[in-house]
Amino acid sequence: MGDRAQKSLFDLSVARKVQGTAKHSPHAPLSATEAAPGGDGAVRTVGAWLFSARTGGVLLLAAIVAILPLFLPNKFYFDVAIKTALHAIVCVGLNLLIGYAGQISLGHAGFFALGGYASAILTARFGWPGLVAMLAGAVGVGVLAFLVARPILRLKGHYLAMATLGLGIIISIIINREIPLTGGPDGMSVPALWVGPWRLTGPITWYWISGVTLVLAVWLALNLVESPMGRALRALHGSEVAAETTGIDVTRYKVLVFVVSAVFASIAGSLFAHAERFMTPVEAGFLRSIEFVTMVVLGGMASIFGSVVGAAILTALPQVLAVFHDFKHLALGAILIAVMIFMPKGLVPTLAALWRRRVG
Amino acid sequence: MRLRVDNVTKEFGGVRAVSELSFTVEPGRVHSIIGPNGAGKTTLFNIITGVYTPTQGRIWLGDDDITALPPAARAARGIARTFQNLQIFFNMTALENVMVGRHLHAPRRILPSMFHMPGIKRANREARERAAELMRKVGLARFIGADADSMPYGALKRLEIARALATEPKILLLDEPAAGLNPKETLEIDELIQKIAQSGITVVLVEHNMKLVMGVSDHILVLDYGRRLAEGTAAEVRNNPDVIRAYLGVGAVAGAA
Amino acid sequence: MAEFLQFLLSGITVGAIYALVGLGFSIIYNASHVINFAQGEFVMLGGMGTVFLMAAGLPLIVAMPLAICVVVAVGLILEKLAVEPARDATVVTLIIITIGASIFIRGAVEVTLGKDFHRLPGFSGDEPILIGGAALQRQSLWIIGALIVVVAGLKWFFDHTRLGKAVLATSHNRIAAQLVGIEVRTILLVSFGLSAGLGALAGILTAPITLTKYDIGIMLGLKGFAAAILGGLGSGFGAVAGGIVLGVIEAMAAGYVSSAYKDAVAFVIILGVLFFMPSGLFGAKGAERV
Ligand SMILES: Nc1ncnc2c1ncn2[C@@H]1O[C@H](COP(=O)(O)OP(=O)(O)OP(=O)(O)O)[C@@H](O)[C@H]1O
Ligand SMILES: [Mg+2]
Repeated sequence: MGDRAQKSLFDLSVARKVQGTAKHSPHAPLSATEAAPGGDGAVRTVGAWLFSARTGGVLLLAAIVAILPLFLPNKFYFDVAIKTALHAIVCVGLNLLIGYAGQISLGHAGFFALGGYASAILTARFGWPGLVAMLAGAVGVGVLAFLVARPILRLKGHYLAMATLGLGIIISIIINREIPLTGGPDGMSVPALWVGPWRLTGPITWYWISGVTLVLAVWLALNLVESPMGRALRALHGSEVAAETTGIDVTRYKVLVFVVSAVFASIAGSLFAHAERFMTPVEAGFLRSIEFVTMVVLGGMASIFGSVVGAAILTALPQVLAVFHDFKHLALGAILIAVMIFMPKGLVPTLAALWRRRVG
Repeated sequence: MRLRVDNVTKEFGGVRAVSELSFTVEPGRVHSIIGPNGAGKTTLFNIITGVYTPTQGRIWLGDDDITALPPAARAARGIARTFQNLQIFFNMTALENVMVGRHLHAPRRILPSMFHMPGIKRANREARERAAELMRKVGLARFIGADADSMPYGALKRLEIARALATEPKILLLDEPAAGLNPKETLEIDELIQKIAQSGITVVLVEHNMKLVMGVSDHILVLDYGRRLAEGTAAEVRNNPDVIRAYLGVGAVAGAA
Repeated sequence: MAEFLQFLLSGITVGAIYALVGLGFSIIYNASHVINFAQGEFVMLGGMGTVFLMAAGLPLIVAMPLAICVVVAVGLILEKLAVEPARDATVVTLIIITIGASIFIRGAVEVTLGKDFHRLPGFSGDEPILIGGAALQRQSLWIIGALIVVVAGLKWFFDHTRLGKAVLATSHNRIAAQLVGIEVRTILLVSFGLSAGLGALAGILTAPITLTKYDIGIMLGLKGFAAAILGGLGSGFGAVAGGIVLGVIEAMAAGYVSSAYKDAVAFVIILGVLFFMPSGLFGAKGAERV
């Protein structure tokens, strides 16, 4: 199978690591140990902290989220931004699965929609408090993912693609057919989210909710990536047999990352339901799953920030392309193919590599 | 700890790669396994490390039957290995490859990892330092900052050894560590194996370079068609007529002596 | 009993379509280890192409081969422009590329031919034949007949022609094939052309029964993929068996259990099979070499 572990650039931290000088990166081997003593070392350490993907990147993302509203002219753009952030949360989780652990899923829209419908149904039909419904959705999706993960993740390559795809489609069909509960193909409206005495509505409120959640999701994902667990995930991608014989319980980690990514999707789905105040089965569809994977791949496999960029582009692009109306799909397909051919590593890693070459 | 292979057979379709094989690896030794191409050496390694399940027979580690244990559990019990066909994590840096070897010694619960609790920070630092130290030990100091996929073949072979050592094994299985290396690199591997053995780790060595094998081994097992052909010290094996006929060839014996 | 027979007949008909689509997946997979997610689009293109050629005044007998030729050309172009340049990419990248191609093709048809449903007349009339109380569409006979002809034709192609043997050799061992002078690039082209033609044929044959539309390729493609997986990827016989099995079970489930969940049946079966047989019903098993 042509699935050789591709040389992936793990976010910006690794990009810097390759420069050879370790001083900008706390993850690079010896900055902490060898450059420790002396004032210079202290400066370096602070610099390293600021410039690392984990801290610096998260701060940068937070800054962008904070400043962006100044440039958003109207409600429509806020709505695009909210969708972008929520899609990005799904993609960050999905990238842990696809980019880091090397396991494809073509069914994540199913988890996204399950989260959304859990919130919608539990609040609208059963009067549950919004946050409790969201939590219940996340736990439910987590349990479902856990139950199917073991048999599914034994599969490799295209068989795994088929199984996850099948799972997503089954979820989508159930949502379409259980009309009394879900409203069927016409969708259902979702009550506003109440948190204590506050009723959270309006694009600006939801902009902040989704923005902050995105920053949090990115931070959590980066932490995971930079932990022994994260290394285990990347290792089993690189060589499953070497990972196993190095003491990594490969199945356990695959299951774990599958569950984590499903829960990310579920929470994003819940937020989406309350932000849009409406859920339709389109959110569960095969094409939506494909879109998520495409966002991940476009932004860059094994690049958390890439997922944010990918989600932003593919969420905003169709809005822009909507100007061309009927030609939207045509253009989308062409762009996908072109990016995959000319930048198979995805935008962020490719651009990072270019930047590195320019800088030195 | 003593490793015992007990009447093990492995069949692929109709092919018997390993056939009713029994032997014991005594602790603290360098135990070499040699034999012509296709003799079943790599298959044997795969059985010992749990990558393959034997068609028949058992594997014992000390007093425990580990035949049913998955590879990760065997690693946890102190069995580490390298691969004949490199199994490098090419999606990681060289240092990270070795850091993965610290997996069993690091905290790895999901929530502390995601919230970057102090324990994780400490484990990362510890792993980074130990990995760098091991890379220097195997002679890879200059690759500490490198990406794995930018490294030459010989260096990757040593990277696998460093990764295996990072697990702190009791038994280390090396599958052709000198294959494809030039004489100078081979000499370095030779020294490295001796250093590892001196540190108290049992080494099981599969290697085609007879000079290396004859030099470092305390005990040699010769396989042919998955069966034991001979067993003993270097001198005994070298003079065994079966071995000479089946495998070494007269010239090779003379060359190695 | 008549009811059962009815379900069986329609199951076999649908299954034969899945089988034709699944064969397309298998052929490309065999030659290149690529799963062509645009396979369903070939099916749609075949049907839509014929509809519009006939609307332009051509008789079926002319429109059909012409449409197949067009789709084959599309398949060749797809291989040349999108798949070939990414030969060495990862599985995921190739999946995305073919998905991109399917979105593109769908988009192109949407723009040029519109979003309406279209229907072809049955090849030999629309009067069903009655067998033991069950109605058999005449078109079903065409579909099943075509499947038999296609399977026989493929068997002959792979067993008796130089090109067919070369395709087989490439699927077994690409490097060895290259060493004996087989031009792998040609093989890839051939496999895409062949699959596109098969897809188009399936699309034309089904258009009288199921109608056709710019987006019918999605579900048909997925079902065909399911058939190929069920039978074990790369096994031609498996794809046919998988398709028929899938079609029949689907028809039975729709008839006896719930027609609302008809489309889910295929995927439930697929998951069930994969849970217990990770390489499909007829797929090759074997220890991975280390
Ligand atoms: N996964 C497998 N599937 C089928 N046959 C296998 C597999 N692994 C090994 N074999 C066969 O088992 C036999 C032993 O192979 P093995 O790799 O163990 O030999 P080896 O002694 O390591 O040889 P070399 O010195 O060339 O590395 C060979 O005939 C080989 O073809
Ligand atoms: Mg070997």
